[in-house]
Amino acid sequence: MTDRSSPASAYDGGPESFAFTEANRKYAEKQIAKYPEGKQASAVKGLLDLAMRQMEAETGARWLPRAAMDHVAGILGMAPIRVYEVASFYTMFKTRPVGRHHLQVCTTTPCWLRGSDAVLHACRLAAGNVPDGTVSADGLFSVEEVECLGACVNAPVLWVGDHFYEDLDGPAAQRLIEALKRGEHPRHGPQTGRQNAAPAGGPTTLTEVPPPVPYRPEAATPEPAAGE
Amino acid sequence: MPKLTVDGIEVEVPAGTTVLQACEAAGKEIPRFCYHERLSIAGNCRMCLVELEKAPKPIASCAYPVADNMVIHTDTPGVKAARRGVMEFLLINHPLDCPICDQGGECDLQDQAVGYGFDHSRYEENKRAVKDKNLGPLIKTAMTRCIHCTRCVRFATEVAGVAELGATGRGEAMEIGTYVEHALTSELSGNMIDLCPVGALTSKPYAFVARPWELSRTDGIDATDAVGSNIRIDSRGPQVLRILPRLNEAVNEEWISDKTRFSNDGLTRRRLDKPWIREGGKLRPASWNEAFAAIAARTKGLAGDRIAALAGDMVDVEAMAALRDLMAALGSGNIDCRQDGARIDASRRDFYLFNTTIAGIEQADAALLIGTNPRREAAVLNARLRKRSLAGRFPIGLVGEGADLTYPYAHLGDGPAALAALLDGSSPFLEALKGASHPMVIIGQGAIARPDGAAVLAAAWTIAREIGALGAAWHGFNMLHMAAGRVGALDIGFLPHGGGRDRDGILAGAGNGEIDLVWLLGADEIPMDRLGRAFVVYQGHHGDAGAKRADVILPGAAYVEKDGTWVSTEGRVQRAARAVFPPGEAREDWAIIRAASAALGHALPYGDIAGVRARAEALGAGRLDAPLGGGCIDQGGPSGDPRMLGTEAFAAPVTDYYRTDAIGRASPTMAACAASVAPTSAVAAE
Amino acid sequence: MLHDRDRIFTNLYGIHDWGLEGARARGDWDNTAALIAKGRDWIVEELKQSGLRGRGGAGFPTGLKWSFMPKASPDGRPSYLVVNADESEPGTCKDRDILRHDPHKLVEGCLIAGVGMGAHVGYIYIRGEFHAEYKNLQAAIDQAYEAGLLGKNACGSGFDFDLYVSRGAGAYICGEETALIESLEGKKGMPRMKPPFPAAVGLYGCPTTVNNVESIAVVPTILRRGAGWFAGLGRPKNTGTKIFCISGHVNRPCNVEEELGIPLKELIERYAGGVRGGWDNLLAIIPGGSSVPLLPKATCDTVLMDFDSLREVRSGLGTAAVIVMDRSTDVIAAIARLSKFYKVESCGQCTPCREGTGWMWRVMERMVQGRAEVEEIAVLEQVTRQVEGHTICALGDAAAWPIQGLIRHFRPLMEERIAAYKAARTARPLPIAAE
Repeated sequence: MTDRSSPASAYDGGPESFAFTEANRKYAEKQIAKYPEGKQASAVKGLLDLAMRQMEAETGARWLPRAAMDHVAGILGMAPIRVYEVASFYTMFKTRPVGRHHLQVCTTTPCWLRGSDAVLHACRLAAGNVPDGTVSADGLFSVEEVECLGACVNAPVLWVGDHFYEDLDGPAAQRLIEALKRGEHPRHGPQTGRQNAAPAGGPTTLTEVPPPVPYRPEAATPEPAAGE
Repeated sequence: MPKLTVDGIEVEVPAGTTVLQACEAAGKEIPRFCYHERLSIAGNCRMCLVELEKAPKPIASCAYPVADNMVIHTDTPGVKAARRGVMEFLLINHPLDCPICDQGGECDLQDQAVGYGFDHSRYEENKRAVKDKNLGPLIKTAMTRCIHCTRCVRFATEVAGVAELGATGRGEAMEIGTYVEHALTSELSGNMIDLCPVGALTSKPYAFVARPWELSRTDGIDATDAVGSNIRIDSRGPQVLRILPRLNEAVNEEWISDKTRFSNDGLTRRRLDKPWIREGGKLRPASWNEAFAAIAARTKGLAGDRIAALAGDMVDVEAMAALRDLMAALGSGNIDCRQDGARIDASRRDFYLFNTTIAGIEQADAALLIGTNPRREAAVLNARLRKRSLAGRFPIGLVGEGADLTYPYAHLGDGPAALAALLDGSSPFLEALKGASHPMVIIGQGAIARPDGAAVLAAAWTIAREIGALGAAWHGFNMLHMAAGRVGALDIGFLPHGGGRDRDGILAGAGNGEIDLVWLLGADEIPMDRLGRAFVVYQGHHGDAGAKRADVILPGAAYVEKDGTWVSTEGRVQRAARAVFPPGEAREDWAIIRAASAALGHALPYGDIAGVRARAEALGAGRLDAPLGGGCIDQGGPSGDPRMLGTEAFAAPVTDYYRTDAIGRASPTMAACAASVAPTSAVAAE
Repeated sequence: MLHDRDRIFTNLYGIHDWGLEGARARGDWDNTAALIAKGRDWIVEELKQSGLRGRGGAGFPTGLKWSFMPKASPDGRPSYLVVNADESEPGTCKDRDILRHDPHKLVEGCLIAGVGMGAHVGYIYIRGEFHAEYKNLQAAIDQAYEAGLLGKNACGSGFDFDLYVSRGAGAYICGEETALIESLEGKKGMPRMKPPFPAAVGLYGCPTTVNNVESIAVVPTILRRGAGWFAGLGRPKNTGTKIFCISGHVNRPCNVEEELGIPLKELIERYAGGVRGGWDNLLAIIPGGSSVPLLPKATCDTVLMDFDSLREVRSGLGTAAVIVMDRSTDVIAAIARLSKFYKVESCGQCTPCREGTGWMWRVMERMVQGRAEVEEIAVLEQVTRQVEGHTICALGDAAAWPIQGLIRHFRPLMEERIAAYKAARTARPLPIAAE
């Protein structure tokens, strides 16, 4: 049951209806405008994400009820089933309710090698060890094991909301969760104070970068058919 | 044309052909599950892998376009290993429940496993279990058996035009279904059962009924609508257990409608299996002789103009020819086949045929629908319209009730006013029609079964002429019928003659006492309460409206129970063989009429079916091999006056798709379907 | 060893301003119009000369790839540039640093790539999890528009170019170029069959080239400094610099830009503080992201980090993501976790991958415990061969190779594990029997 794939069938609960707020409707239109005429389906992921964010603003939990999928289908002129397919395919679309803080722990090999088990343990503890896919009794936490988040030199990584918390260990994860519980906004990125993906202790390269040489080419060499 | 070599055999195939097709051209059979020639290419099952020289890995032949000088191998150890590997993967999570699977004996997976399967499983893990889906009353699901070929999804989306099925989730958790559970709303859904290569989608009504090897197969012609779909009737003993499509590229390709496929359980219910006579207001069983005697007692000395006959929608040409003759012998010209009162002008065949032909739809480049909902009236023909629509550049205009068709259309108006606009040149849609080189007009029964029907018909013809649909090589005027028997009846002139009464006249005469006897040959779709005190002979197969009103019931044969001829809306003359015997004392209809004629003292001059057929031909019935299509020879139109158009909107003739005939109304499956779509149509009506 | 003056990504660690001003100070957007003025053919030829090979994993020559794009549209279809910023290969986090710390290199690269392939519209498909990175990238594009560097008459060059960001939503498979295109069209990320290739039928059915972030971001610098400069770095056919991601059991995991062809050992010792517990504590290294077979220590001692050297030792450079495992590692579990990754990330479209990844993962889970028969190692190996080369895309291969690498180099360990499990079971027969 730790499979993070979205379940392939609909969740029964959730609001009966959903509609974008005026502001989100405008934002949605901007998303749609990125794509050519008639290709508005391209915006489906953006709009589903927007719907989840609106759910978060309205209910405190960032998830995607079926009513929101239908709303997005209507806006984009897509058959609802095509939207359901998309929603159930991509793991960021949570088609079941999640906690106020959905703790997503990367446990893929690079994070696992550097102790993601301890981070996962700390998260599970915070959520009262409820089974994956469910929400802690206080509604604050839900936990999900996720696949590689692409921050492997800062492993292990915990992903909450829009932020990566990096270079964690068990105690650091615990402190972080306590801060979230208190409603704080802990600093994201490396929790050890190091400079992003530079080695701990400071960069060993890029210490003596000379100023760039201005690019002043001689007149463009005429190539046959160059520049058409 | 590219030339390539398949296993050393040189073949030349048209450009754009796939490697799989080229292999078949070379006589090499390529196993496949996901590939289907009428669906888009998915390439997902990987069973059709072959080797292409100089390619680093085996290629999916179903998706790979041919190129000149390709060298293909289909029988190398590598290819065999690839297929065995795929087969093993398909089987690891497929339940080995063939003994309790309805697909058993006609299962692609089972068949291929014989060729490429292992004799034991190396898979030691737990098998996947998938929750079954409820897709409605027709399709039974066993989703654990699904091999994710997505044929059903592609069929629903592409052919049926209802995007309701999908593959949700991903990876090994991917499931086929509707996500939000609901019954499929397609009239073609049963075809997914045929398409499913395994036992994931099987027929719900047929569940656990029979194994394929127990069945006798008979080639038949569908009579639930006027498309003339070619069917295979599978029976065991006296019972039709299921109906499947037969391939006919010109008609139904390989599809049939759900009504065609699933109303067969109506064949065993509410059957008239013996003659009945009404005595003292109540029907009692009787012998054939008693029944004939009762009729003879009424016809004796009766003037011919006091007798009338109406033919129903599913009746075969032979029976109608015989009844026409009997009526003539009795001196009556009061006969009609237009139960709905459609104002058909039968003076020329092209006034009442679907002249473009069904296959011809694919050549059309614009269409005008008048008073018709092809999706409900001819679901399979509608699929052809959708196919054409998908190919692009096919503007469609609709005059009539707005409908949930499976292709985009411009709604030009509800009724005659929109036709007037097309006639006077003010309709903007004319541009699309006139700009087309092969425009077609389709007029439905909803447009002509009304007092101004003749004017509507004439208007439709005039529009067809004005937009250039009536060319010497292209006939774009089309009437869409719903009754399987209708065109055959029109062909042999089952119409008032010699000053006889038409349907309305017969009803009026029966109502006011000018007609004393009405013979209903399978006619259940008329307002029985208007028959007044007339003596009603009902000849037919089901205890439906006609039998309820009858004074004498002559038990006839349903369409699968007789050798018969039907003529489809496009004028295609097709013959079916008897699949099962009619129940009890019921008999083939022409034979009943022949026997009755003797009892009435007017014995008809033929004693076998060949004789009836010869007679039908003399009356004008088409020949089996008569060519279809062709251009319009005479642009002169039907007799109505297009200026006499009324104002009322065209009403859709089909309100309950699943129960348009006596068999459908007797079918529990059709009743379940009607119930399952009822809430949806209520919403649509809002 | 690469000098700082030859490094392209001079704000790799995000020490400096990632915005337009900072980028300009680092030499980006410097006289871009002059580069564009040299024309499409010159750009492609220069790239070919530089020897740049795609940085997304497959290592296909970038200039050659661009040359497949149609010169002129015969049927009015536009051409598209699509940038693959769906960085998801376990071990890999290089594009992330370009996106968040040097986004203008990418944005400028997109414009020039647009010229090079005749595309007037570009989409950058960024993985949904990269939110901060998306914010910076979008801001950089906005800055570029505002400064007239993008849009109509970009940089005053006369060339029109629009650039958009499209966010993914959690699917490794969308890093496969045709799955990415499908996803960009608003569908599930399921790879397409090839042919046709994207250069003929890509996004919205139009000619499309999909390039990795790093491949595009290095282009402006290559063109400014000359193909010869880039080709002079690295080794023949493996030219230039590359961002390496060093993760796992090293003392100081980091990203670093170095020359292709640097010895693996030197890379780790010089930049990542060496293997935890010393080089001799090394067990194995996955040299190019999770999809390539691992290397035992003996190979690591000498192997060079480039496409061809790693291919020679039956592995690959992939994304140059170096995952280091010391001797404390349960290497079977490490690979089993990758098997789970591929099982979860399989799109489910084609049979061998959908069914095979699950099978391989389940057997691997048992192999971790030793709950298997020795003969099953051979079965497992055969299953990987049944998947490899039989799928629509390369995910099947990627799922197969790590296991093949494990069996190739650690088969005795697997057998030991099985024997140990059996021994423990025979020592305690009763509880097992009671199960």
